[in-house]
Amino acid sequence: MERILEVTDLHVTFTTYGGTVQAVRGVNFHLDRGETLAIVGESGCGKSVTSNAIMRLIPDPPGKITKGNIIFKGQDLTAYSEKKMRAIRGVDISMIFQDPMTALNPTLTIGTQLMEGLKEHKKITGAQAKQKAVEMMDLVGIPNPEERLKQYPHQFSGGMRQRIVIAIALICDPDLLIADEPTTALDVTIQAQILELFSTIQERTGVSIILITHDLGVVAKIADRIIVMYAGKIIESGSKRDIFYRPEHPYTQGLLNSVPRLDAKEELKPIAGTPPDLFSPPKGCPFTARCPFAMEVCDKVYPVSERISDSHQVDCWLQDERAKRLMAAEVLQT
Amino acid sequence: MKSKKEIEYTQSAANVPDEWFSWKERDKEKLEQVSRPSLSYWQDAWRRLVKNKMAMLGLIFLVLLTIMAIIGPILSPYEVNRQSLPDQYQPPSMEHWFGTDNAGRDVFTRTWYGARISLFVGFIAALIDVTIGIIWGGISGYKGGRTDNIMMRIIEVLYGLPYLLVVILLLVVLGPSLGTIILALTITGWVGMARIVRGQVLQIKNYEFILASKSFGTKTFRIIRKNLLPNAMGPIIVQMTLTIPSAIFAEAFLSFIGLGIQAPFASWGVMANDSLGAILSGNWWTLFFPAFFISFTMFAFNVLGDGLQDALDPKLRK
Amino acid sequence: MKHMLKYILKRLLIMVITLWVIITLTFILMINIPGSPFNSDQSSNETVQANLEAHYNLDQPYYIQYLLYIKSIVTFDFGPSIKQPNQTVNDLLSRGFPISFELGIITIVLAVISGILVGIIAALRHNGFLDYLTMGIAVLGISIPNFILATLLIQQLAVNLEIFPTATWRSPAHMVLPVLALATGPMAIIARLTRSTMLEVLTQDYIKMAKAKGLSPWKVIFKHALRNALMPVVTIMGTLFAGILTGTFVIEQIFAIPGMGRYFVESINQRDYPVIMGTTVFYSAFLIIMLFIVDVVYGILDPRIKMHQKGGK
Repeated sequence: MERILEVTDLHVTFTTYGGTVQAVRGVNFHLDRGETLAIVGESGCGKSVTSNAIMRLIPDPPGKITKGNIIFKGQDLTAYSEKKMRAIRGVDISMIFQDPMTALNPTLTIGTQLMEGLKEHKKITGAQAKQKAVEMMDLVGIPNPEERLKQYPHQFSGGMRQRIVIAIALICDPDLLIADEPTTALDVTIQAQILELFSTIQERTGVSIILITHDLGVVAKIADRIIVMYAGKIIESGSKRDIFYRPEHPYTQGLLNSVPRLDAKEELKPIAGTPPDLFSPPKGCPFTARCPFAMEVCDKVYPVSERISDSHQVDCWLQDERAKRLMAAEVLQT
Repeated sequence: MKSKKEIEYTQSAANVPDEWFSWKERDKEKLEQVSRPSLSYWQDAWRRLVKNKMAMLGLIFLVLLTIMAIIGPILSPYEVNRQSLPDQYQPPSMEHWFGTDNAGRDVFTRTWYGARISLFVGFIAALIDVTIGIIWGGISGYKGGRTDNIMMRIIEVLYGLPYLLVVILLLVVLGPSLGTIILALTITGWVGMARIVRGQVLQIKNYEFILASKSFGTKTFRIIRKNLLPNAMGPIIVQMTLTIPSAIFAEAFLSFIGLGIQAPFASWGVMANDSLGAILSGNWWTLFFPAFFISFTMFAFNVLGDGLQDALDPKLRK
Repeated sequence: MKHMLKYILKRLLIMVITLWVIITLTFILMINIPGSPFNSDQSSNETVQANLEAHYNLDQPYYIQYLLYIKSIVTFDFGPSIKQPNQTVNDLLSRGFPISFELGIITIVLAVISGILVGIIAALRHNGFLDYLTMGIAVLGISIPNFILATLLIQQLAVNLEIFPTATWRSPAHMVLPVLALATGPMAIIARLTRSTMLEVLTQDYIKMAKAKGLSPWKVIFKHALRNALMPVVTIMGTLFAGILTGTFVIEQIFAIPGMGRYFVESINQRDYPVIMGTTVFYSAFLIIMLFIVDVVYGILDPRIKMHQKGGK
């Protein structure tokens, strides 16, 4: 399979008057064509910053990619000029935002907003652009597209607006679609429809998707692989099966326990505490303070990345032989 | 395919001493502790205001000005309206710190009297605006429905009236004096405040805690006074700091077109108006001091208002 | 389209009511002014008294006077002067208004264009040197009353440096100082407002979306951000018109410009009541109609207003 994106050792910082926030601290992942990768984590864990970094849409200042590479189709985007980057945005990589209510410009018609990306990047006549726009509206399931192109955002419901946002993102046939919490602001029934739409689109266009979310329910539906982020680092990654059935990191386990499930009788267990302050991130594992299995070592040294299988990788000291012995001893005691 | 970093980690893993692999003592309380000390809304706002250098400059200037308005005339040996033609147009000196004007009156003394008038007009006008605005806006926003509709239509009509023209008209009829100026300034001035209060009340009205007190049968006025007002206080204060300079400006403007405060009072507007010709003849100080104090007072209120707005805006809280 | 029409009709109704309030107010004040020509017979001049009686129908009962007063205003007849017997308010208007209008229009165009430009630049250089510099000047601009600024300009640029003429309204060179004195305040207000709304708009998702489409910064700012950022600027235009109009009173006085404002201030100083009333009504009508136009423009610019009525949120 063709590797479409390779992110290595990505570091992003934000300089504010209160100090420097290390928002992303050495992130590595990759994405193949036609694949859906989910990045999961609490708010502030660096997942949105990562996706904005791929688009090179981090406001600078205060934000900055301080280290690492973003290889998209063999080219390193971190070395691109802003002008070169503009030719990538919307054409090769597109983005969808969380709140469809605010993602559309209230003063421009849907048609204008749909077609402007197309007109910007492709040599195309007005009639062709319109035809493409109508096609896209059809694809995302908006009835009566000819008429509706003339309307303004406020004349559409939330779900419809998100469909339009998706149509805008896809109109130039991108290779990669980054969806930042695409269903969070929507009703549950609409959420399901939008997720359905993602699958349909992927089948038809073969686009790769990076899905940013804190909602594991969404992930379960459409992701192929999952990355779990915590405090600016990827603490576990694996296939959907790996993460849902054999989560190794206590944080991942905690996340899964805090999701309501129909089949489980146990009560929900929220993860106690709050993530660490990223002004001065801990030198050890950032989850230590909240971890039910915290050991002395966790505070002192960041854990080794353990490869559990070809697809499954976790950063946790519990994978160390000595920790396993400690666990076993505990089990014997009780 | 491991990166350099991972290799480093791998090396360090072997170096980690065995004894570190023991359970950490858990401290339940620490877990729940919030990382930053929690400050009340007002403490937080004050902290941010103090950081704003311009706003603090404005605040300090206004405090000093208020003090001087109170004690300034006492410090000076001269009567505010004592005319003395031999002393006409004295430049600033040890006897007359700010010089004297065309009638030989001491500009220093008159400046602080002017401060009294300007601050008094500004504060009282703002206070009346706030009172009417809160009552009108509070009732309108809280009651909603028909009451709100009618009250808002009235506001819309009043808002359409050209403010200074109405003020001029009223002063022409009532005759200019301290009382009528304040009356004229407030008669349509409260409209802006009422709009702001109503907007705030509408926003807060449906919060849980308001619904709770309502369900206990608390009286309307009590709810407005105890719950809605404290929450709407930020924007009200900001609006007030911006009302005061506009009242001060209006007073100076009215003096200028001959509808200002009349003798024996000395206001900055009157002083500036009296000495317009003075700069052409070289007696710059007669215009400079009132002009400087009008401008700097307005400047001080404006930067303080800006600072308060930033400090009190919960949207910016982090 | 139906919503738009309804919105315009509603604004029109409010405009008419406001006009009616100001006309009625002037009428009530007029018949109550102590010592005014309407309720005293000490008028020195017979022609004046005759003019007044003829115009205000003083021999009629109040309600007839009131109706005829409204009629005369609707037919654009603002009454006589008592200080200058051969003058009517209409005469003053036809002489002074064109000049004041010229001053006002130049001021507004200058204030709006430069205010918006400065606001955009400050927003784009947020927290940078240019931002601090322009906003510092802007705070000064709104703090220094226009009559003080006017005298300062005369003293520095006309008297000391002799770059511009000190007074009157004859050539473009004569216009520079009065326009500058009058435009600085509104310019500063527009610049500050544009900057703050621009900063808010720039954080919106639709701006990120526009950037994510790969649009040039130019297009992002002028097509997506500015249009939305200017909405609040449009809403304060009415207030700005009023400010500039009242500003002309003092500016025309200081620069000896023979405009409406100068006549108005003269009439105030001479207590020429009919002129004060007539001019006030004329000014108010002018401003209220401006306010109405601004509202309609706002309605056209913001498509949402057709659905949710203004003020209803």
